[in-house]
Amino acid sequence: MEKMNGAEILLESLLKEGVDTVFGYPGGAVLPIYDALYKHKLKHILVRHEQGGVHAADGYARATGKPGVSIVTSGPGATNTVTGIATAYMDSIPMVVFTGQVPTALIGNDAFQEADIVGITRPCTKHNYLVKDVKDLTRIIKEAFYIATTGRPGPVLVDLPKDVLTAEYEFSYPKKVDIPSYQPTYKGHKGQIKKAMDLIVKSKRPVIYAGGGAVLSNAAAELTKLARKLKIPVTNTLMGLGSFPGTDPLFMGMLGMHGTYTANMAIQSTDCLIAVGARFDDRVTGKIDEFAPHARIIHIDIDPTSISKNVTVDIPIVGDVKEVLKELHAAIPKGANFTKYISEMKNWDKQVEKWEKTHSLSVKQGKNERIKPQYVVERLYHLTKGDAIITTEVGQNQMWAAQFYKYDKPRTFLTSGGLGTMGYGFPAAIGAQVAFPNKTVIDIAGDGSIQMNIQELATAVECKLPVKVAILNNRFLGMVRQWQELFYDKRYSYTCLGKKPDFVKIAEAYGGVGLRAEKVADVDKIIKKALSINDRPVFMDFVVDPKEDVYPMVPAGQPLSKMLLV
Amino acid sequence: MRHTISVLVTNEFGVLSRISGLFSGRGFNIESLCVAETMDPKVSRMTIVSSGDNKIIEQITKQLNKLVSVIKVHDLTGEEYLKRELVLIKVHAAPDHRSEILNIVEIFRAQVVDVGANTYTIEITGDEEKILAITELLRPFGVKELVRTGRVAMARSIKRKENK
Ligand SMILES: Cc1ncc(C[n+]2csc(CCOP(=O)(O)OP(=O)(O)O)c2C)c(N)n1
Repeated sequence: MEKMNGAEILLESLLKEGVDTVFGYPGGAVLPIYDALYKHKLKHILVRHEQGGVHAADGYARATGKPGVSIVTSGPGATNTVTGIATAYMDSIPMVVFTGQVPTALIGNDAFQEADIVGITRPCTKHNYLVKDVKDLTRIIKEAFYIATTGRPGPVLVDLPKDVLTAEYEFSYPKKVDIPSYQPTYKGHKGQIKKAMDLIVKSKRPVIYAGGGAVLSNAAAELTKLARKLKIPVTNTLMGLGSFPGTDPLFMGMLGMHGTYTANMAIQSTDCLIAVGARFDDRVTGKIDEFAPHARIIHIDIDPTSISKNVTVDIPIVGDVKEVLKELHAAIPKGANFTKYISEMKNWDKQVEKWEKTHSLSVKQGKNERIKPQYVVERLYHLTKGDAIITTEVGQNQMWAAQFYKYDKPRTFLTSGGLGTMGYGFPAAIGAQVAFPNKTVIDIAGDGSIQMNIQELATAVECKLPVKVAILNNRFLGMVRQWQELFYDKRYSYTCLGKKPDFVKIAEAYGGVGLRAEKVADVDKIIKKALSINDRPVFMDFVVDPKEDVYPMVPAGQPLSKMLLV
Repeated sequence: MRHTISVLVTNEFGVLSRISGLFSGRGFNIESLCVAETMDPKVSRMTIVSSGDNKIIEQITKQLNKLVSVIKVHDLTGEEYLKRELVLIKVHAAPDHRSEILNIVEIFRAQVVDVGANTYTIEITGDEEKILAITELLRPFGVKELVRTGRVAMARSIKRKENK
């Protein structure tokens, strides 16, 4: 067999795993990898900061469903990935991060650019490895991809000492993995599925609450089919958006802290809550003891630790969401029971409609008023005909992107839900654009967040990626300012960012395009202009009304029924 | 309530910190933790004593199971199991107290494993009640040092029928 060095083995292994693109940043410890990458057929995107690289790999993974891959050097390169890895971990994104490490003989000696990255990332990876011998390399890579992509997905880190990268060994990629201690459950328990269906058809006010798990398991079609057949209204978590068509009449919008009136009221009155790949996060439940107080709860999740962690569940079903939804569909009874159930749904539907009429999300934009950020998102939706991949930063921009853009397809809304990482959206958009060069990809951003990975403009310019960034520029750390306004007596402590920088100039300085809208009439104009550009990134600087807040809002710790609606 | 959880893990570098990190990261407490290789050198057994309400213990066992390095988790609490701990006690042994101390040692089927000019070092194996009892009896003589291994445990082969 042909001998190769560890670095070459790594690249060959990536090809075997079907990887076509890696996001990386070189350095001393990974020079052997970069040498092997020279003129290699694997596409390498040179980012401008390792955090950006990991977020880009994450965006690529969320948009495609394939694992994202990132390569960085030891020490500071490795520590720079931590926020990106933690972001992926909280949202269960499949990803494999390769970090360089000092030679094995120097590990533990405080060598130059040494960091115990395996120790540092233990709590924010699904699993991680230090490769001590080139003989183990292919097995570990195989395991890393397997663990990252199966069960509840997540990031896996592989630490590669420099001497392992230069040592020679025969390349043979294992066909199978053998990890007896890791055996995820995919098929739901038959008895539980039957119990669940019995409960559903006896219920009068069922609600489906679908989260990120529905997207991750590619279960949108199954979810849609089941909900439509059973006429159950659906609400999504932030992470679940796109798993059920946002334009479907059964869709109630997002629930939780900034959820719709309809969704939150439905939760508070449902008698049968079907949680699908969701985890009862505090931003969703509000005051936990008063969440869905009348409901019996069915919880479908691949991760047993998610079940009965925050709320006690009546019928837990551990399994892959897609599989379980299929099995549930097959368990729908026929005949009189079903007819009776369906006729009950008419009343429930009427009630839901009534809530919808009482309060629904809408924007009132006067022609001569200052631009409202919600209006910008609405126009983005119309002008892209809902057919864009949207990424977000964190804060008000993220919530408005969730509320005013409708997602009909999964993997078109990429946002840092669990960790809430400012600086995520732009590099994630780059990752998504690399995966789908011909799609419109827009990062809906705040003027604070965009500055947390703004250096990636250089990446987008160099790779000719036409990523659009819609900056809802309110000159504030808006979401924090909103909390100060509501809960800290308007003491705006260190949340005003002022008028600088000039984002148009920044974009142009990097070689991108900068556009600005200060009047309502400019909004459509610059969006159309931006959408026509296909060879470089565009910053759209929307100078918006800084006083706008995100509503509805359930103050932290309050029950969902205590919504502020203004 | 206290629980004794027996965990089989792959015997690899870093596995102890994965387990202890899980406990500290999620705010679960560890009263004691023992770990050593099993008959299979690729596998280690950890015996963890922890406490919490049922919900916490359920999370602990589920979270342990979720770790890739964990092969099997067995909460022994609520069934018949043997629990043992080994303790070394160095006690002040003045000449006129020696026979009294030896008496206690004998009653508890402990052993004197080291003798100094003014000390006995006593080794004792048993469950907590036994260890507590002997330390209380030795305390008046002056315990200079005490080292405990923490609990190890094993399910009984034949289980008595529970009659509650
Ligand atoms: C890395 C990071 N630091 C701090 C925060 C806390 N935080 C949450 S929202 C927010 C304000 C975001 O401001 P901006 O990006 O301008 O968005 P806006 O809310 O104005 O839309 C901050 C500081 C965070 N989520 N992430």
